[in-house]
Amino acid sequence: MLGEGVIKGMAETAKNFFQSYFKSDRMTTVCYPEARIPTMHAARTFPFLVYDGEDKLAGLRCTSCQICEKECPPKCIFIEKSTDKKPDFTGRPQFYPVRFEIDISVCMSCQICTEVCPFESIKMDSVFELSTDDRFGGLLLKRDDLSKPNSYYHQIHPDEAAAVDAGLAEEKAKAEAKAAAAAAAAAAKATAAATQPAAGAGA
Amino acid sequence: MQENLDQIFVLLKHWIVSLVPAPVQPYLSVLLSVAAIVVTFPLLFAISVWLERKILARIQNRLGPNRVGPFGLLQPIADAIKSLTKEDIVPRTADAVVHYLAPLVLVVVAFMGFAIIPMGRNMVLVDLDASLLFYFAMGASAEVAVFMAGWSSRNKYSLLGAMRAIAQMISYEVVLLLSSVTVVMMTGSLRLTRIVELQNQYSWGLPHWFIFTPWGLAAFVMYAIAGTAETNRSPFDLPEGESELVAGYHTEYSGFKFALFFLGEYLAMLSISSLGTTLFLGGWSAPFAFLGWVPSWIWFFSKVMLSICVFIWMRGTLPRLRQDQLMNFAWKFVLPLSLVNLIVAGLWRFMGEGWQRWVVTSAILIASYAALALAEQRQRRIGPRRYRYAE
Amino acid sequence: MSLVFWILAAIAVLGGLAAMLLRSTVHCALALTVAFAGIALLFLNLGAQFAGFVQILVYVGAVAILLVFAILLTRGSEPPTHGVFSTTWLAGLVIAAAVFAVLGSSVLSSQRMLPHESTAPAAPVVEIGQALAGPYILPLEMIAVLLTAALIGAVIIALHEKEGEQ
Repeated sequence: MLGEGVIKGMAETAKNFFQSYFKSDRMTTVCYPEARIPTMHAARTFPFLVYDGEDKLAGLRCTSCQICEKECPPKCIFIEKSTDKKPDFTGRPQFYPVRFEIDISVCMSCQICTEVCPFESIKMDSVFELSTDDRFGGLLLKRDDLSKPNSYYHQIHPDEAAAVDAGLAEEKAKAEAKAAAAAAAAAAKATAAATQPAAGAGA
Repeated sequence: MQENLDQIFVLLKHWIVSLVPAPVQPYLSVLLSVAAIVVTFPLLFAISVWLERKILARIQNRLGPNRVGPFGLLQPIADAIKSLTKEDIVPRTADAVVHYLAPLVLVVVAFMGFAIIPMGRNMVLVDLDASLLFYFAMGASAEVAVFMAGWSSRNKYSLLGAMRAIAQMISYEVVLLLSSVTVVMMTGSLRLTRIVELQNQYSWGLPHWFIFTPWGLAAFVMYAIAGTAETNRSPFDLPEGESELVAGYHTEYSGFKFALFFLGEYLAMLSISSLGTTLFLGGWSAPFAFLGWVPSWIWFFSKVMLSICVFIWMRGTLPRLRQDQLMNFAWKFVLPLSLVNLIVAGLWRFMGEGWQRWVVTSAILIASYAALALAEQRQRRIGPRRYRYAE
Repeated sequence: MSLVFWILAAIAVLGGLAAMLLRSTVHCALALTVAFAGIALLFLNLGAQFAGFVQILVYVGAVAILLVFAILLTRGSEPPTHGVFSTTWLAGLVIAAAVFAVLGSSVLSSQRMLPHESTAPAAPVVEIGQALAGPYILPLEMIAVLLTAALIGAVIIALHEKEGEQ
């Protein structure tokens, strides 16, 4: 019947109007910035550097190998390697980046830097409120701004961070086992060498 | 006391007019009434703009403006400041004089429509003998303004939008006139104050509003459809369809001139609602006899704002009609139905009081509606093209 | 002959003159609309409310729109390629003068109405309605038949054109 669709449509919109006042599924607007929708767990915007422990510089995983700088497609990473070495989280002396800068007006969030990093030190962040009124300097993030603790990484990407930590722990265990085996082998060789001359002297 | 509240504006005007010497008094009286209209209706326009954005937003599952003042109530002021401070760009090849005059003509003609509307007891600016005719004369003049706007921009899209708008306005003007003529037929007068007076009677507590009669209801529905089309309002807003024609005939207008077009459109909407209220909804009369103590102008403005809310509700619900669907609807459906309504109103008058006339008139109206609806739906054949392209 | 009359007469006459003398056809149509409005105001000045408002409704609201549509849908809206003044202007002047003489003499020799007569509308709408439905019913019906014939004729011409096209 002509006109039926109009009546049904107007009834539906009237229902929408009145129920938007007290039903949450009819009013889905979130009043940003007073309230925010939580970001999804795989959201990514720009990279950040992970450091273990409390000290930003001492725990920084980045060894300034510059692979990410070479692999970055729009060339938005600028690294200056140090001339001295500092011990990293496991105690081994490593190079460290004196300057590590990312130009986020150029970065296209392709996460190639994350994929090629051998040290699990650069990961994707999910902050988006990076607006500034300084078009050039304000959009160039420096090393100290980019360094965030591992606990923060667990917060934003918990599954990824847990997998990374498990991988690092495994490598560390393997390295320690190898070192222990090497030490045991060296100790065995030393004791064998010590007993051999005594036997030779006795005969 | 209640009588004073009802006539408070009239008494205020009389008091102010009595303060000046006698020769100036008629001029001051007219000037005051005009000033009252020029102040009130743009205020209602601001309220309508706010209402539109909030109601449309709630229908569409979102909040409307809520930052500029509590519940966004100061948003129209922000919009006004924005449109006043925007640069006024006139295209180089545009016809400067006509381009300048078009929004002026539209707004002037829209304001003129309010001169004869009775907004309360004894509250009409001019009580003309042929006031309804004056209203339609002003409505017809608005089409000239639309044409001036579309043609002077020297823009093909504006011209197309203007021609479509005028074709639509002319078609639905006939329907508007025929629906109003039904009321004129039944009251025997073109004078709007008389029409409201006749509706101000009550039987068993219910008022004699014309919408409560079968022919009145049909006429009101057709008046509402025609009114929406006259003011280029959704679902008949193809001439200003934002996705098809940029902005139609007011594409090349910016800044204050665009604000004037906007004002003109909303004033036309308010004006059509006011006339519809006067003709069908009883004007300033109260819905029930025992509510007569509420001042008459409160009833009038409540009914007008209710009509505006229905306009906004229709805008949020219905999709836009295509130009040929629009014209088909006018000429092949609404116009025959309004002619049937005229005959039915005559029957009502001549059958005299009683329940028979209710049954007979309702039956005729429903039967003709069903027949026309079936005829229209049977025309949906896909075949070779039966329209011509323009050359 | 009050001041209001002179102003309204000036509007009507200037509108008519502009409708002849302006360069662009659409401007001429708009000036003609102003002339129509001036005539309507003159009717209102004489107290003939119905005639004045119907003049606006019909002339400004329909005839003027028809004129501009006709101008737009033909080549009238483009700037003219040859001159707009015709070569036979002398004959036109003679004919216009003759028409003016006839109209002027008939107006001047008619009965004069006293100025400042009653302010109440001399022909309220009810009386016009009763006159149309009573003594003047035959002219009304003949005009209705004429308009219907014109409408049907226009539809037939448009149909023939469409069939000729196909």
